[in-house]
Amino acid sequence: MVVQALIDQGVDTVFGYPGGAVLPIYDEIFQQNSIKHVLVRHEQGAVHMAEGYARSTGKPGVVLVTSGPGATNAVTGLTDALLDSIPLVVLTGQVPTFMIGSDAFQEADTVGITRPCTKHNWLVKDTEKLSATIHEGFHVAKTGRPGPVLIDIPKDVQFASAEYQPMQKVSTSHYQPVIKGDPKMIEQLVEAIENAARPVFYTGGGVINSGPAASQLLREMVEATGFPITSTLMGLGAYPASGKAWLGMLGMHGLYEANMAMHGCDLMINIGARFDDRITGRLDAFSPNSKKAHIDIDPSSINKVIKTDIPIVGDVAYVLEDVLNLWKARGRKVNRDGLAKWWKQIEEWRAVDCLKFKQEGAVIKPQYALQRLEELTKGKDRYICTEVGQHQMWAAQYMGFEDPNRWMTSGGLGTMGYGFPASIGVQMAHPESLVINVAGEASWLMNMQELGTAMQYHLPVKQFILNNERLGMVRQWQQLLHGERYSSSWSESLPDFVKLAEAFGAKGIQCSDPADLDDAIMEMINYDGPVVFDCLVEKHENCFPMIPSGEPHNKMLLGDAKATNAIAGKGAVLV
Amino acid sequence: MSPLKIKKGSSKHSAYNLRPTFSDVQERHTLAVLVENEPGVLARVIGLFSGRGYNIESLTVAEVDHKGHLSRITIVTTGTPQVIEQIKAQLTRIVPVHEVHDLTVEGAFVERELALIKVAGKGDDRVEALRLADVFRAHVVDSTLESFVFQLTGTPDKIDAFADLMRPLGLVEIARTGVAALSRGT
Repeated sequence: MVVQALIDQGVDTVFGYPGGAVLPIYDEIFQQNSIKHVLVRHEQGAVHMAEGYARSTGKPGVVLVTSGPGATNAVTGLTDALLDSIPLVVLTGQVPTFMIGSDAFQEADTVGITRPCTKHNWLVKDTEKLSATIHEGFHVAKTGRPGPVLIDIPKDVQFASAEYQPMQKVSTSHYQPVIKGDPKMIEQLVEAIENAARPVFYTGGGVINSGPAASQLLREMVEATGFPITSTLMGLGAYPASGKAWLGMLGMHGLYEANMAMHGCDLMINIGARFDDRITGRLDAFSPNSKKAHIDIDPSSINKVIKTDIPIVGDVAYVLEDVLNLWKARGRKVNRDGLAKWWKQIEEWRAVDCLKFKQEGAVIKPQYALQRLEELTKGKDRYICTEVGQHQMWAAQYMGFEDPNRWMTSGGLGTMGYGFPASIGVQMAHPESLVINVAGEASWLMNMQELGTAMQYHLPVKQFILNNERLGMVRQWQQLLHGERYSSSWSESLPDFVKLAEAFGAKGIQCSDPADLDDAIMEMINYDGPVVFDCLVEKHENCFPMIPSGEPHNKMLLGDAKATNAIAGKGAVLV
Repeated sequence: MSPLKIKKGSSKHSAYNLRPTFSDVQERHTLAVLVENEPGVLARVIGLFSGRGYNIESLTVAEVDHKGHLSRITIVTTGTPQVIEQIKAQLTRIVPVHEVHDLTVEGAFVERELALIKVAGKGDDRVEALRLADVFRAHVVDSTLESFVFQLTGTPDKIDAFADLMRPLGLVEIARTGVAALSRGT
């Protein structure tokens, strides 16, 4: 019944790990060919793989794990998916209903544990309701602001039989979030667009979650109005990095021109972003002179931290279409003089060239490594995943994304260990594409066991590890905030990554000389199979630009700033 | 901004304490939440309040429509206007929540609570307690020669006032249901 429901929902891949409480479902999986099951090495890996699969396809990712430890290991991935609004359906086994509450072997209160880290969850105590619950689960995961759902299925419920309810017959009527924006607010936004002298689009993951139509409409809108556009980490790719209105990413490690534009604008149009603290910096000094419009499908995102002048609740694609149509119907007006001056100002900020660095000497700078990786892979059918830390920010800064769904990173939760399994999930969905995980050595080690999964399913994922033998971002903060006392932030006893790769049967490449870098990267790309690329980089490089915690956007530290003890006062308590 | 004076790297305060609010006025709101009567729904609502640091002053819950599987949760909460708006938006986001009504802003409403109050005493105190109970229109639902249990219905303020009066007269124990509320009119 479970397998039938998954097939009806269009599922082709399930990431999972068997155990006592899910054996009946695994037995069904064994006896069919419609759904491919990917055996992971750790349940956290399964959830991140499903996230990578979901982000790169727009379809929900599906996970199947057992009760107790299987479910608790999935918790990090669920929380990650909740914060980044990734649609997942996670099926967990549970001890039989008559043993629930008895501290049975491998029993955990899975729905209790995962209640705050799922969009919704269910414990199915009756086989009659099982198929309907699975269909409802898919509906909830995909509808509105997407997110992970969990369905806990006791073993006796798996064994019992009942009549299958096809998905068309399942009522999903009571959960139907608003998708069309309020026409009055849309009119106000169009008016603001017509008059703004210093506008900026600030877009987020919501554009990508809304689907390809939203990205298309966004591009049309940016071209038609000539407004500059910046994006959060999660929104990269919705507008192409090669587009002429592109300012680059904004936020704590965003580009100077993007943050200055946010600070100085008179109209901020937030599309599917949520004023996260990585974006806003100091709240009372955040973009002080702007009118703020906010388009979001989740009403709770609006006015949560930043007061919005023009709130529009709805799906980005629907709202953008209405805005664009109304704006065109009213004569495609913009404030041309104001815009020309605004762009002139932006060009001055751009001239600061905040990402400049010097590659000199015999040691590879991490920025240089990513610049070369970008140069040698751009234009290819390429997907990029990252782990979390300095390398993640550098990847966002130095790599360009031309299309949505091509960039997989853990934004909200900041989960080290996300990228490697995510890259496996992406490669499962796109077997012919080039899938690269930009990693740090410490993050990568957190889920390195999945190298076994990559080998087993012949997934040629490329692990591009910027190895500085440090927890780079932690080290940078200790330098900025804790008087250069580097408490536990270096990676001792690191493995030999080349031998490690070889132990799994994968290819290992090590590169330490800038002169060899291009050839080594080409060797990685051209190898047909998983590669672990150990790129030894400058150990004490800091990630700039940076808005120190507790400071507004116009107080950025640039690369040449004196970095020691730069964070002080109120900013010190912020993370 | 909050006037916190924070020494570098030494604060125990959460970063969220530094959040400026749009208005500092604390408001008291009564929310009526209609939910699907399914296991765990109350835990979801309470988890939302504890997880996001909202206040609950009073909470009552009971099934109100057996056929329709609906329960009604009445929550009295306090917060700045922005926090109240957040609470409502967050409640609406919970999948089994059907409707959220902010009775405080939606117009006039009646708010009632029931309390059982045990008072022990002899002589004049006992007479005075009974006399005051009569003034408050409390019913005696249990009596011994040395104690009464009063049943009192009314607004939370009225129950507070009665309890305060009973305290010097031998208040032993009090049980309150929490607030139930309905909007006035049709």
